[in-house]
Amino acid sequence: MSNPAEILIIDDEVQMRKLLEITLQTNDYSVSKAATAKEGIIMAANHPPDMIILDLGLPDEDGHSVLQKLREWYTNPVIILSVLNNEEDIVNALDAGANDYLTKPFRTGELLARMRTALRGAFTEENNPVLSYNDLQIDLSARTVKRNNELIKLTATEYALLATFAKNEGRVLTHQYLLREVWGPGFINQTQYLRVFIAQLRKKLENDPNRPEYFVTESGIGYRFVFKE
Amino acid sequence: MVELFINKFSKTKQYLYSILLIFLVAGICFIFSGYIGYRVVAFILLVTVSLIAMFFDILPVLAAALMSALIWDYFFIPPHFTLQVATTDDSILLLMYFVIASVNAVLTYKIRQIEKVAMQKEEKANTVKLYNTILNSLSHELRTPIAAIIGATDNLQNHNEKLTQNNRYELVKEISKASFRLNQQVENLLNMSRLESGIIQPKKDWCDIIEVIYDVVKRIEENGISQKINININPAIPLFKLDKGMLEQVIYNLVNNAAIYTDATCIINIIAICHADVLQIIIEDNGKGFIPDEITHVFDKFYRLKNTKTGGTGLGLSIVKGFTEAMGGSIYLENLSTGGARFTINIVAETSYQKNIKNE
Repeated sequence: MSNPAEILIIDDEVQMRKLLEITLQTNDYSVSKAATAKEGIIMAANHPPDMIILDLGLPDEDGHSVLQKLREWYTNPVIILSVLNNEEDIVNALDAGANDYLTKPFRTGELLARMRTALRGAFTEENNPVLSYNDLQIDLSARTVKRNNELIKLTATEYALLATFAKNEGRVLTHQYLLREVWGPGFINQTQYLRVFIAQLRKKLENDPNRPEYFVTESGIGYRFVFKE
Repeated sequence: MVELFINKFSKTKQYLYSILLIFLVAGICFIFSGYIGYRVVAFILLVTVSLIAMFFDILPVLAAALMSALIWDYFFIPPHFTLQVATTDDSILLLMYFVIASVNAVLTYKIRQIEKVAMQKEEKANTVKLYNTILNSLSHELRTPIAAIIGATDNLQNHNEKLTQNNRYELVKEISKASFRLNQQVENLLNMSRLESGIIQPKKDWCDIIEVIYDVVKRIEENGISQKINININPAIPLFKLDKGMLEQVIYNLVNNAAIYTDATCIINIIAICHADVLQIIIEDNGKGFIPDEITHVFDKFYRLKNTKTGGTGLGLSIVKGFTEAMGGSIYLENLSTGGARFTINIVAETSYQKNIKNE
């Protein structure tokens, strides 16, 4: 890459910083590191990076408040690192503007995939109206879905849900986000709608609805639409 | 049980009940005094004091002994309605009555004290035994993967040039395997301490049981197991309002256990059924089943079945039971007549049918 993306790592554990630095440098990213929230915020302000990897468990300040401060002006992607069994923390961070998350311990391959997705711009009706993968073709401008070149009939809600997923391909979307986008702000706790419509989309679009490849469950958090590997 | 009985009554109430009981028995004896001799009454009162001694503290019992002696003297020993005693025989009897009643009270009390001490000792011994089991099991389960990691990294650092490419690859694979094993154990320990802390609260949300079960099975199949897993669920099963994380952990541990402890050619069946508002999940295999004597112990914390391979901390099934009960459910284990084991989980939960949701 001629102009490598600059990544700022904010993590208090020296081992984690080392591991992330080696992983990212090996993959041609340029890396800067901060060990505290204070240091991280100053570094981000002095020289805004293309992406921030933020650990939620920092010693000097709560990760959520760091994220909030960053999001007041910082618009590039933020990926958060958290410990397992803390879905609530993760959901809160995603709702507060984090682009994606990883739980420690994580596979570095996973980290790199999340980073690529976050750095890539979102799909929209204008810039990339047709998404296709394997036998599936989603045309956002024509509002059609084809499987093996055959038109798949979707209900209005099913299509709205699919379009929300397609525009955010590869990104984790929280239950609340999906419910708000597709059904409206009054429905953010009606997770049963989401369960039913995800099952319907899987039935119509997945090769094996019980072993989904496209609509992946992120347990306790939401769903991720995976269309490209 | 006796202890419980004692604790139920305060000191004052113990005095009151002992005296009342003595009066009651004495009253009945007095009514029938035309039919029974006054010396028999002494024995009846003595039995009453002995019974009181079994349940109450020493002082109320001694009070009952003294009170009953006086009552016997006043109402029953001739001359009646006076504390005077007419014959030498009766004087000796009265004195002996009081001594026997008191000795009775003191002895019963002492026996109870000794029992209490013995029970405390036994409890302490059990705690120490459990603690040692935990330490042994944990130090083995945590140290083995740590030893593998340290050994492998030492080799990679110190003998890097002497190692063949293949050996290097094998060592790195060992480190990776050991790390995942450590991670699994830590997760078990964290889940256990969550349960132990008692603050565990199920976070209920709508669950698609089909999705939950297939996701868990996919994770287990990715570990590279050789058994065949069959899933049998009616596609029209409703959504259930449950803690998805807990449910996943319960199913994961049960299916994973079946995969670890049965032969490679075995078949594991997972069945989910809805009976009214009860979700029933059955996980069964056609392996060897459990030794009948051990069935009652399998859910105990840190209990490892005899003659099983290493690789567990004895926490998996106790977490299963803990999480199931935290969700208000129950779990039952039985051996199948055809061989193999069957776990049955029943959880009462709110349901929601798809047909009521499709509102477009």
